[in-house]
Formats: sequence, structure tokens, C-alpha cells
Amino acid sequence: MIRFVARRLVGMAAVLFAVSVIVFVVFMVLPKQNPAQSLAGKNATPLLVKNIEEEWGFDESLPKQYLTMMEKVFTGELIQYEPRLPVSDRIVEGIPATFSLTIGAAAIWLFFGLLLGYLSAIRAGGWLDRILTGVSIAGISVPVFLLAPVLIYVFANKLEILPNGQYVPFSEDPAEWLKHLVLPWVTLAVLSIGFYSRVLRSNMLDVMNEDYVRTARAKGLSERQVMTRHVLRNSLIPVITLFGLDFGATIAGTAIITEAIFDIDGVGNYAAEAVAKFELPPIMGVALYGAFFVVLMNTIVDIVYAYLDPRVRLGETASG
Amino acid sequence: MSTEPSAERGPWSLALRRFLRNRLAVAFLGLFVLIVVFVLAAPLWADHVADTGPNQEHTVEQITVDGEKKDVVSVEGKPIGPQWFGAGGKFFLGADSRLGRDEMVRLMYGGRTSLLVGISAALLATLLAIALGLLAGYFGGWVDSLIARTLDVIWSLPVFLIGLAVGIALAVGGLKLGPLELSSGSLWNPILIISIFTVPYIARPIRGEVLSLSQKEFVEAAIAQGASPARVMFTEILPNLASTVIVFFTLMIANSMLFEAGLSFLGAGVQPPNSSWGTMITVGVELLRIQPLLAILPGLMIMLTVLSLNVVGDALRDALDPRGKARLDAALQFEAQAGATRPVGEASLS
Repeated sequence: MIRFVARRLVGMAAVLFAVSVIVFVVFMVLPKQNPAQSLAGKNATPLLVKNIEEEWGFDESLPKQYLTMMEKVFTGELIQYEPRLPVSDRIVEGIPATFSLTIGAAAIWLFFGLLLGYLSAIRAGGWLDRILTGVSIAGISVPVFLLAPVLIYVFANKLEILPNGQYVPFSEDPAEWLKHLVLPWVTLAVLSIGFYSRVLRSNMLDVMNEDYVRTARAKGLSERQVMTRHVLRNSLIPVITLFGLDFGATIAGTAIITEAIFDIDGVGNYAAEAVAKFELPPIMGVALYGAFFVVLMNTIVDIVYAYLDPRVRLGETASG
Repeated sequence: MSTEPSAERGPWSLALRRFLRNRLAVAFLGLFVLIVVFVLAAPLWADHVADTGPNQEHTVEQITVDGEKKDVVSVEGKPIGPQWFGAGGKFFLGADSRLGRDEMVRLMYGGRTSLLVGISAALLATLLAIALGLLAGYFGGWVDSLIARTLDVIWSLPVFLIGLAVGIALAVGGLKLGPLELSSGSLWNPILIISIFTVPYIARPIRGEVLSLSQKEFVEAAIAQGASPARVMFTEILPNLASTVIVFFTLMIANSMLFEAGLSFLGAGVQPPNSSWGTMITVGVELLRIQPLLAILPGLMIMLTVLSLNVVGDALRDALDPRGKARLDAALQFEAQAGATRPVGEASLS
């Protein structure tokens, strides 16, 4: 176990190092334009550009520049220039909204994904299975940038029963918090509900053919007990790993688009606004901190998984 | 498989027959072909029906609809809605924004960009993956370790987030890498980003297959006959990768198109004056309340294209590998890891 954890931690360090090098190279080395000019923003004064050049040490060697960048990132001195604010402050401000969105959506997709998957597996081949399969495929196929506008148009603009976005902190008004998050949650959850129900269904169908399921039936357990205690439990393990990975990927992916469409003041929207304004420091910050968070999450999931399932830490793991 | 395959029933024609028997897949292939024809017809529609270009603005113009004069953009800045054939095909789907550009023309040209970027990125990623997979799988040793570790690292990255960062960095400053120089608005920027970050999804299964193929007797026989590594790789191993490559290439186009749409929607992908379905959604969302079709149509086009590619890709997998299951693991990982830009790969799960 210790060897496995050590190996995962080394892997994590390698990935984090790669992330920081990619960000460094892409922002500082590759661009044709002077990086200080890019960092300063479109309407920067020559004085500001010159200051940034000195601050970031763009006349130094590349390894030195890399260290300067990393120092800024770790000490919270990465700064956006219009208006002049530390990037880390803005990211911390956005975390409650982003977590409200992603955790709520994850709870919804896990619940409905597993429910639909279970129902369709125990009725495999029947009409319920066929309907649920159709629903899942439809869910998987709708990209967020189609689903979100449709939901906003129908529920906010036409029926006017839900707000069209924005975020109300839970501490201010829990009811409004919920109302404002319903559509974003659904948007983010639909794709994964479809996907998870398919994964659980196929896992359960595989497990149903195992010898221990036959044994369970043979010793006289009820069908219900066989399904929940033996089939469902054993089918859940891969789903839970998938969930750990997906949760990170959602935070670093679809959540950004969802936040942008629904104008939710989270970390993703901060990045999206910076992209629209061609502001580089916030994007550097979100990419680095976001990647750190996601990679950390994935490593924790791997370790927990290995702790739960000894086969993983003994053999080659699927997630490498 | 019979031990004596008859002359006219080679593996490819058998696969084709199996594919054609899947009516759903054939229908979706037809849909994809229709979409391609639709975007290829863009100049025809623009020149002969709509009589305007994708970026041509009509801010203060009027058109005659059934003998009645109408503003393309109203005084309050509201664009005209769909006219269908009321104005002889002009503004068939209305105008796009207060700039008064023809939505139908933009939808066709935008689709060209989306498909072009998607196909080019998938092609580039596939070629790169074949090269890496062949090198790693055939040579093994440190070459394999190096390539496999690099792929693992890219695999573990939150690719959409990093892609977004790279996209905006290139959109601001352009790219200068030795002889390769790209301007900030070049379509090559999103193509390169997408292909590099999606390489592992296809390189990993290919490497695995090369590894197992290079243990096979026919490869050993070729080596024993004195064939050079290049010859073994290209004439012995490569042809056997064909079915994997075809399946993954199809799925990768869908995946790349979603990636592009996400980047472009946020403004880090395709840059003006080019537009794609992704950038059109950004414009359309602003006017969701008054002209919902402007945001929904490009989204719908993306969905239909991606869905048809995924269904076709899965049917190809079933047709080319009838004993199935062989590549299920790879496909599952492919989907699990793609995250934001996850392809469907439905049949692999059922």
C-alpha cells in the first residue's frame, strides 16, 4: 500500500510539474508577442508593460523566469492588471458558487444515474429498459451549450418559473440559492445521468453472470437481496472511481461553460470573462490552481480506490 | 471465421455487410453526409440565394418580404426573424445580431469551420498517435517508457482547462516555434491544441495493439527474413491497425468538434473573422429571449453531427470487431477520461 501511495504521489508531482511547464511555455515562450504586453492587457500603458517586464524578469534565463512565475503563483502574487487585483483572491471568492454548482449537480447525476441504471439492468431487454436506454442516449448526446439555452428559454423566458441564472449565496437566502441553481444543476447533470446509467447497467449485466451471484440465488436469497447485496454492490466500485475522475473533469470543463451561460459568479465564470477580455493572468491562475485541484482529487480517488480494492494496488491499474 | 475465406468475401466486405445490416447506423451515416453536403453548399447558397457573405453586415438595409418592406435590423437593434422563402431565400433563418448578418449563410460557413477543425484535429491526432504507437509498441524499452509516460501525463491533465489557457495565450500572442509561425487568428491554433491534447485517447489503444501484434508469428517471421524495422512497422503491423484506426478516427472527429465548440464558445478557439458553430452560440445566447433559434440552431447542428459520428463509429467497431469486447476497456477509458468533451460511444457500453 505504501509503495502504491508513493508511486501515485510521484505521478502526481510529475503531472503538476508538466502542467506548470506547459503554462509557462505557452504563456511566456511560444507567443510571438512580447509576453509582458500580453500579460498587461490590451489597453496597457508602456510604463506598465515595462514594470511587468522587470517584475517577471523577462530578460533573465528561461529557468529563472519559470521560478519567478512559480514563486508568484505560490505566494499569491499573481496579479490581474485591469483592475489590479490578486488572482487568488478572485478565485477564492468564486469557490462557493462553483462548489454549489458542481456538488449539487454531482449529487443529482449520481442519484438519477444509478437509479436509471439499476432499473434498466433489472429489467434488461424489457420495455422499461428500452425507454430508459433511449432517455440515456438522448441525455448523453446533448451538449451543454445546447441544453442550457433551451432550458433558459423554456423555463426562464417562456414559463417564467425559474430565474435565468446568476448566483445567490446560500447564506443570504437558501430558497433563492436553490431556485437559481436548479437549471444549472440539471444542465450539468443530464449528460452524466445518461452516461452513469449506461455504465451501471452494463456493469450489472456483467456481474449477473458471475458464479457468486448464482451461488447467492442457489442458497435461496430473494431476487431483491441478490440484486442489491451482490450485484449492485459489486457493480458500484467502477462507477465510484469514474465519479471521482468525472467530478474533477466537470469542475475543470463543462462547469466553466455552464457558469458562463448562466452567469454564475464562480471560478469558471471568472476564467470565461478573462478569456472574453483577453486577460491572461486570471487564466494562468485558474488553469494552474484548477489543474492542481483536479490532479489532487484524482490522486486521492486512486488511493482510496486502492485501499478499498486490493487488486488495484497489487496489479497494474487501469488509470495508470 | 472459416479456415478458408472465399475469394469474394474478404474481411472488409464482411465488415461492410455487417455495417450495412445496422440500419440505425446507416441512417446516421446518411445524416452525416447530409450535414457535409449542407456545409459544402455554403458558397452556392451565399452567392445564388442569399446574395451575401457570412461576415457581410446589413445594419441599415431593408428587404422585401411578400411585397412588404422590412428592416433587417429594427431601430431598437432587434434582428429580423426567419423569413424562409419570403424574401427569395434571403435571411432564410433571419439575421444573427444587430450587425444584421444572414444566419443561414453563417450557419453553413460556420459548419465548414467546425467540421474542418474537427476533422483536421482528429486527423493530426490520429497520425501522431500511429507514429507514437508504432515506435513505442515496436521498439519497447526506454522508447516505450518515454512515450507511455508522456501520454500518461497528458492523459491526467484537465485537458479542457489547459486547452482553454493555451487557446487564449495563442489567440493573444500568436505562436512562434522555430520555423513554425502562426498568427493569433489562425485556425491552426485550435487544431494544434485539440490534436495534441487528445492524442493519448487514440495512441494508448494503438500502442497496446502494436505490443500484442509484434509478438505474433508473422511479425517474427518477417524479422527472421531480415526485414528492416521500418518495413516491419509499415507493411506488417500498420495494415493490421486499420480497423482500430478507422473506429477511433470517427469517434475522435466527434470529440474534437465538441472540444472546438467549447473553446470557441468561450472565445479561446476559432477567432474572428472566422466563425464556427461554437462562436455562433456565443452570439446567439445574447438574444435568447427574442430570437431563441440563434443559439439553439448551431447547438443542434453540433449535436446532430456529433451524434451521427458516434453512432457510426460504434457501428464500425461492431462491424470490424464482431467478437466485440476486445476494445471495450479502451473505449470505456476513452469516454471516462474525455470529461467535458466526452464522446458517446454508446454501443460499447450496452
